[in-house]
Amino acid sequence: MMKRINFLTIAIVAVVTLGFISCSNDDDTPPAPVNEEEVITSVIVTLTGEGDVVELESRDLDGDGPNDPVVSVNGTFQENIPYVGSVQFLNETESPAEDINEEILEEAEEHQVFFVFGGGLDGSVTYGDEDSNGNPIGLQFTLLPESASSGTLTVVLRHEPTKPNDGTLGDAGGETDVSATFQVTIE
Amino acid sequence: MKLPFMLLLALASTGAISQNCDLTLTGEIIDLHDSSTLSGATIIIAETEDAVVSNLDGSFTISGLCPGTYNVQVSHPECATRAFSFEISENTSRTFRLEHHLEELNQIIVKGSSYVTKTETLLENRIETETLESFSNASLGDALKTISGVSSLNTGNAVVKPVINGLHSSRITIVNNGVRQQDQEWGAEHAPNIDLNTAGSITVLKGASALQFSGDAIGGVVVSEPARVAIKDSLYGKTLLSAQTNGRGATFTTVLTKSFSSGFYSTVQGTLKQYGDFEAPDYVLTNTGTEERDFSVNVGINKIKYGLEGYYSYFENTLGILRASHVGGAQDQVAAINSDTPLVIRDFTYNIDVPRQEVTHHLAKLSGFVQLDNVGKLSLQYDFQQNNRFEFDVTRIDDGIPSVDLELTTHNLMLSLESDLSGKTSTKFGLVGNFQENFANPATGVRRLIPDYEQYKLAAFGIADTQLTEKLTAELGFRFDYTYMDTFKFYRTSFWEARGYDEQFPELVVEEFNNQILTNPELDFGTISATAGISYQLSKDYFLFANYSLASRAPNPSELFSEGLHHSASRIELGDLRFGPEISQKITSALQKKGSDFSFSINPYANFIEDFILIEPTGIEQTIRGNFQVWEYRQTSARLLGVDTDLQYKLTEDLHYSNQFSLVKGWDRTRDQALINMPPANLVNGITYVLPWKTPVSIGLDSNYVFEQNEFPDNNFEVFIPETDSFETVDISTPPAAYHLIGLRASTVFNIHKNNKLKLNVNVSNLFNTSYRDYLNRLRYYADDLGRNITLQLKFNY
Repeated sequence: MMKRINFLTIAIVAVVTLGFISCSNDDDTPPAPVNEEEVITSVIVTLTGEGDVVELESRDLDGDGPNDPVVSVNGTFQENIPYVGSVQFLNETESPAEDINEEILEEAEEHQVFFVFGGGLDGSVTYGDEDSNGNPIGLQFTLLPESASSGTLTVVLRHEPTKPNDGTLGDAGGETDVSATFQVTIE
Repeated sequence: MKLPFMLLLALASTGAISQNCDLTLTGEIIDLHDSSTLSGATIIIAETEDAVVSNLDGSFTISGLCPGTYNVQVSHPECATRAFSFEISENTSRTFRLEHHLEELNQIIVKGSSYVTKTETLLENRIETETLESFSNASLGDALKTISGVSSLNTGNAVVKPVINGLHSSRITIVNNGVRQQDQEWGAEHAPNIDLNTAGSITVLKGASALQFSGDAIGGVVVSEPARVAIKDSLYGKTLLSAQTNGRGATFTTVLTKSFSSGFYSTVQGTLKQYGDFEAPDYVLTNTGTEERDFSVNVGINKIKYGLEGYYSYFENTLGILRASHVGGAQDQVAAINSDTPLVIRDFTYNIDVPRQEVTHHLAKLSGFVQLDNVGKLSLQYDFQQNNRFEFDVTRIDDGIPSVDLELTTHNLMLSLESDLSGKTSTKFGLVGNFQENFANPATGVRRLIPDYEQYKLAAFGIADTQLTEKLTAELGFRFDYTYMDTFKFYRTSFWEARGYDEQFPELVVEEFNNQILTNPELDFGTISATAGISYQLSKDYFLFANYSLASRAPNPSELFSEGLHHSASRIELGDLRFGPEISQKITSALQKKGSDFSFSINPYANFIEDFILIEPTGIEQTIRGNFQVWEYRQTSARLLGVDTDLQYKLTEDLHYSNQFSLVKGWDRTRDQALINMPPANLVNGITYVLPWKTPVSIGLDSNYVFEQNEFPDNNFEVFIPETDSFETVDISTPPAAYHLIGLRASTVFNIHKNNKLKLNVNVSNLFNTSYRDYLNRLRYYADDLGRNITLQLKFNY
């Protein structure tokens, strides 16, 4: 009887050991980094009115990491001068930077850029482009600063909004892909 | 056969001298394997030739006995007849344990300790086959909720995770046919990947005392066991078909068993489920359809001295996640919470779009035992599991690539020895070796939520229980676990530095990439668990249990390594590399009254957990996508106090009443505030009436009242809304109001043929189509819970 137990014990220990040796094959090949897709790190809004250029930029190179986006506003708007604007979305974790606008244009029916005036900023936006259904996209637009004021301009990219909508975020719904707020002044 | 046996008993008996012949012998006949009661057993006292048959609850009473020594024979059609000899000098109560399905297991076990599936000193809660069958169209978590003290953490209606006495996920061990389930259970939105229909019975232990399975079950242990196969030549099976209105779908499940008197047996089982969008009372819950396909095969041989078994099960499901629950950030969350109805409602469909989960789980087991004379039962088991999880999110480019693609592979080897010393003391010793590998596919284009790791575990345990007196049983157990994790984790450089890891752990850095750092943390944890308890029979019907358990749980990969946006929760989750194990001390007691007309149990408990790991909001993070709430794991000192009660009362032979109540209070002792996500108090009442027709019809009315949780931490936060140019409070803390659901059920059985039975079940849940939301449903911010559902179920036995 004891012999049988000894044999069993040895057999089991052997199996366990073998199992572990075969499992720990020590191929410590580190995994590859994930090439993050679908990331938008940067929004660059360029507005030109009668030769004057206003540039709004927001960059968040660590994505959902702890660093806040770096926001910069260059220039001030002049009252009642229409500014022709364009929005550029980029993924700058890649080199060269990936142009997200291409993706947005490919699925233009499922995207829209919104411009929200807040804090007493007095202005309005007219869309300058449209998708295949004749609804606005918002990568091209015209901004009209209506009176001297200062406040916030928030640029929001929504995925799968209701289209057409009344131009407000509440009516559009969908999911926020980008939301960047800029402190701007109209003189 | 019987006559010589009786003669032998008569010969062996010593004459009883009559003096005061008004003594009573009461007793209970139970199955020594699982302690279920045996009705219809014949109890014969050789000396007096008194004979009685045990009641439905296995109890019997023989009165008018004189003091003296008696020989008692207990027989049951499905058991080996046994003789007992003992002295009676006063009114006596005894438990008689019989070997149920005598051919099935070895006959050498003479004592009724079956710690294979339970502990001796913790009140066991079992769900029997009949109840499980009524849940054949639901999930494991739904069925477990029939037990007091068990609630569920839901993500919608399809992802149902059991919560035992307020604890869930990694704190609950689920044992599926002898195998500890490894299915990425750390995730709050990862439901157990088990087909409920593989279970013949399910036992819930509200504590960590079942040390043969794990040492870290701070919440409790769920043991799912297949139905037993009797060793005789037979072929039998059953098929269940359930169709329901809500979800407009059906479940089909069937099982077929062939057994031979030689000991060979085999069982084949399969389940199919398909549901479309479920519905709340007022709207369709868009994208909540589910599909499931499972099968299992069991082949084995069971001889008295040895046995071998092979088991394989396959589980595959697709779960739609409420479309409206996918939000892009805190601003979207404000809009979703402020809206009374989900922000996306579409027409009913069977299509399951994004977001959705697709999970497959393979489980294979090979086990054997040999019965060694004078030593005990030596068992060896190897099991293998592979869990593949895909989570498809709403993404900008619909390319069919999942956002989460994890493959978890587990190998496990266990050796154990069960011995029976002196008929009163049993021991079980075991050694466990475990290897686990997680592979996160980088092709997702989304940073890994759970890093790649290899984990080695070694464990040793010993459990002993002993019957100190006829009425007092004591139990002791000890377990040691060693865990080693070799991990490759990519951190964002900004996080690595913000946390100070760059100064604390510079040696972990393997390589630096653009804005990421590859690290190689190698962690090891040694944890100790122990249990001690007693059970005492106070009187014929009353039993007292008291149990202390010490359990330690090593932190899981999510708690250690989370770092980034968790899309399905719309929040940034941060773990901590520096966490150590959490240690729980739980004291449980229970008073139980058994009986056929009136039975109850009261089960108070206190659980003190040091270094309890919880996740809670700590702030807001600005990203280019807007603001996200940050949830960080932290360790604290926690205390959970609670009580569960159960009551059954037979008002008349045909009218039964049942009641359940559970209450748990969780307290964060470090912060001096309530713990988040504690189940609210819950009251269940049920009445069953059997209509005395030619074919009896059982009808029942159930009421479930869930109280409002009034103890919760304030985790509300403020978010800037550009449209109103103001900050708005996002109320994610306030629990929903109390709700009351009424259910109705009816069932009857038709005997079609000698061995064929057809059972018909009709069930209506949420009869009044009440709109409600549940505190422990993660999607409660976005939509109401399920509306009325009518289920028609046919069960055919053959």
